[in-house]
Amino acid sequence: MLNSEKVESMIDSAGLVDALRRIVPGDSVLCEQEDLKPYECDGLSAYRAIPLVVVLPDNTGQVQKILSLCHQYHVPVVARGAGTGLSGGALPHEKGVLLSLAKFKNIIDIDPKRRIARVQPGVRNLSISEAADQFGLYYAPDPSSQIACTIGGNVAENSGGVHCLKYGLTVHNIQQIKIITIEGEILTIGGSGLDSAGYDLLALMTGSEGMLGVIVEVTVKLLPKPERAQVLLAAFDDVVKAGEAVGNIIAAGIIPAGLEMMDRLAISAAEDFVHAGYPLDAEAILLCELDGTNEEVSEHVLKVREVLKHSGATEVRTAKDDNERLIFWKGRKAAFPAVGRLSPDYYCMDGTIPRKQLPKVLESIAALSREYDLSVANVFHAGDGNLHPLILYDANTPGELERTEEFGGKILELCIAVGGTITGEHGVGMEKINQMCVQFNSLELSQFHAVKSAFDPLGLLNPGKAVPTLHRCAEFGAMHVHKGELPFPELERF
Amino acid sequence: MILETGMNSDISQRLQQQIQGAFNQKTALCIVGGNSKAFYGHAVSAETLSVAEHRGVLNYEPTELVITARAGTPLNEIEKILDDNGQMLPFEPPAFTSKATIGGTIACNLSGPRRAYAGAARDFLLGCKIINGKGEILTFGGEVMKNVAGYDVSRLMAGALGTLGVLLEVSLKVLPKAEMEATQLINCSKTEALDTIHRLSMTPLPISASSFHDSVLRVRLSGAEKAVGAAMNSIGGDSMDNAGQYWHELKEQRLDFFNTDKPLWRISLASDIDSIGLPADFENDDCLYEWGGALRWLKSHAPADTIQGAAARLDGHATLFRGQELHSMFQPLTPGLLRIHKNLKQAFDPENILNPGKLYPEL
Repeated sequence: MLNSEKVESMIDSAGLVDALRRIVPGDSVLCEQEDLKPYECDGLSAYRAIPLVVVLPDNTGQVQKILSLCHQYHVPVVARGAGTGLSGGALPHEKGVLLSLAKFKNIIDIDPKRRIARVQPGVRNLSISEAADQFGLYYAPDPSSQIACTIGGNVAENSGGVHCLKYGLTVHNIQQIKIITIEGEILTIGGSGLDSAGYDLLALMTGSEGMLGVIVEVTVKLLPKPERAQVLLAAFDDVVKAGEAVGNIIAAGIIPAGLEMMDRLAISAAEDFVHAGYPLDAEAILLCELDGTNEEVSEHVLKVREVLKHSGATEVRTAKDDNERLIFWKGRKAAFPAVGRLSPDYYCMDGTIPRKQLPKVLESIAALSREYDLSVANVFHAGDGNLHPLILYDANTPGELERTEEFGGKILELCIAVGGTITGEHGVGMEKINQMCVQFNSLELSQFHAVKSAFDPLGLLNPGKAVPTLHRCAEFGAMHVHKGELPFPELERF
Repeated sequence: MILETGMNSDISQRLQQQIQGAFNQKTALCIVGGNSKAFYGHAVSAETLSVAEHRGVLNYEPTELVITARAGTPLNEIEKILDDNGQMLPFEPPAFTSKATIGGTIACNLSGPRRAYAGAARDFLLGCKIINGKGEILTFGGEVMKNVAGYDVSRLMAGALGTLGVLLEVSLKVLPKAEMEATQLINCSKTEALDTIHRLSMTPLPISASSFHDSVLRVRLSGAEKAVGAAMNSIGGDSMDNAGQYWHELKEQRLDFFNTDKPLWRISLASDIDSIGLPADFENDDCLYEWGGALRWLKSHAPADTIQGAAARLDGHATLFRGQELHSMFQPLTPGLLRIHKNLKQAFDPENILNPGKLYPEL
């Protein structure tokens, strides 16, 4: 059973479908197997489940009624945006409602003076920037799925992107949200100013993975588009030197808009795929984007060139025009699908580490790669320490997915061991639920459960995700005995 | 990195024991750091829990852009270490006295002039270690920039005024100081000032602070030397002498404006609101604008419900920052939000022993 929390509904599925159809017109309530199938997974297809029913409301009042109904009859609810998430956060509950917000796709208002956009949750990330472009403004967080992923999901996952170091994550770029509680009540969190009274519920909701409420409106902050952006590409014969170069750029007092690293396997995959002109003999490349006013970029490009050369770069190229800048980026942005061409399947990890630990972590990943006999390509948001090792595997080879998952779990535990975290931007969802037991102790997990109960005491919103039960950790811990010490010694074993 | 720091002491066990004792006895505690911001929020009459001795910088890696310190570490000690390495706390926190601690700074979530352009204290909080109201030591977040494991309990602590947990350690993102800063002065009316700052804010100019009072708009620029020079030309107006001192005195509320017997209100709302719409008797009360218009300091004897009512109508909020204690110094919450607040308080501090009533009488 995938969903570890058991919820006993007080209504049968026929009754539930009837009740939902009284709230939402008939063709927006799906209950036939062939209609449910497309919703069985999100971007992490290794986890699948068919929900009892899918409902696609198109207004807030309907969402209120749906949640109120589910609350009344104790029916689990999983909210879903575009389903591009990579951690199984939108994996349906077999006995629950899958609440799709796909019809909430209106940009309600763009206010250029206040530099905000008020949008419905089903609006795609990129379309906000496209709509704001006429005012010279844009929405900064740019997850790589930005052409498809929606803003509601971005808030639920606190999505990042390649420009986080300078411009922050979703939590830094939103001002107000409207949510519906499991009781069906609408709450406005945040305000028209830069802060609001009381506890920072906006931060608490951001990244809460659909566990606390359903987002029905988001007001995002918009930034003026930089006057100019310039990219440098540096090649290194050693990943350690590339890692040190990142620290040296920051030590020079420069915060690049983007700072990305790729290792040899990722470089060659990307080059084969998009022909970005990457140096194939390099052990690592760095892409460093600088943006700002014309004068600032000019000054910083010169400085960064020097720093890269002093850090041992074997080659430093500066994109000669915007076209070349986009080509440099194209390889990085296509890295995932490019790696996907090397192998039938790949599994994307998402740990974050203190940057200075990079050599040690890459070395350990290489050793694990030999141990599990599975290749790994490393793509790294080097500026902010967010590492995306891509494990290559073949799901059709019996046992290989399980081996991959175990390998991935080891990588996450390694990230924790060096002072990092199991997820930088993809979320815990279903995928990393076991590693939460390693990152947090039982008191901390209990505190998370208490937070959940403050919003959803019956545990109906996205049950079994994001925060593991202590029993689950006890079971998981039994498999992972470290230094002869059992984690969660206070719990019974079974 | 090895640090030459001031005093270094760990009293977390003692703090934990005191909180556990208070939990068992159901007696309230009043959390005190450097006592520099005791005026902020409602008074708490309870046994003191003194955090000031829990101090010391635990980790600072300039190239990782992260500093971790015990909550009682003086703010000025942290700012000195950062300054020595060409870095800063980007949210420019006010200290109010030299005793201010980093824990109190985060618990109050107060930010200075750079806030509108760089972010607030909460934006730079990466992680924290706390003791909740049951006396449990818990760690959330961490020392890395991107971390979405578990709910963002760290940021929930920012601005909670200690009502959800006692901060033991905080990890903050830091940034390099700008190569150069300069401030331009423009003489204009309030309406012209708001128009000008909005027009400028829609461009990529490196603005790092703005204020308007007494017919003078001040705009601070920070960045590479040539970029600041070019921006000064493009903004126009006059270059300001001693600008550093001005912004410091604004942040620390030492400008003449703040020398008043009237209640001082902090009003946060949409930046382009021309008038908050107080009744005629109060509409000309003296007001200083910051954050591109999104923060207003108002000296006014207008009744609290008049000011907070006006702020609420504009989807903003008003705080009695300095002045005689009222029933609600902070903007009253809607019933739905108050319910969630009470539930969260219960989740972290079930016996209601941590700074009870400091933020809202109900919490």
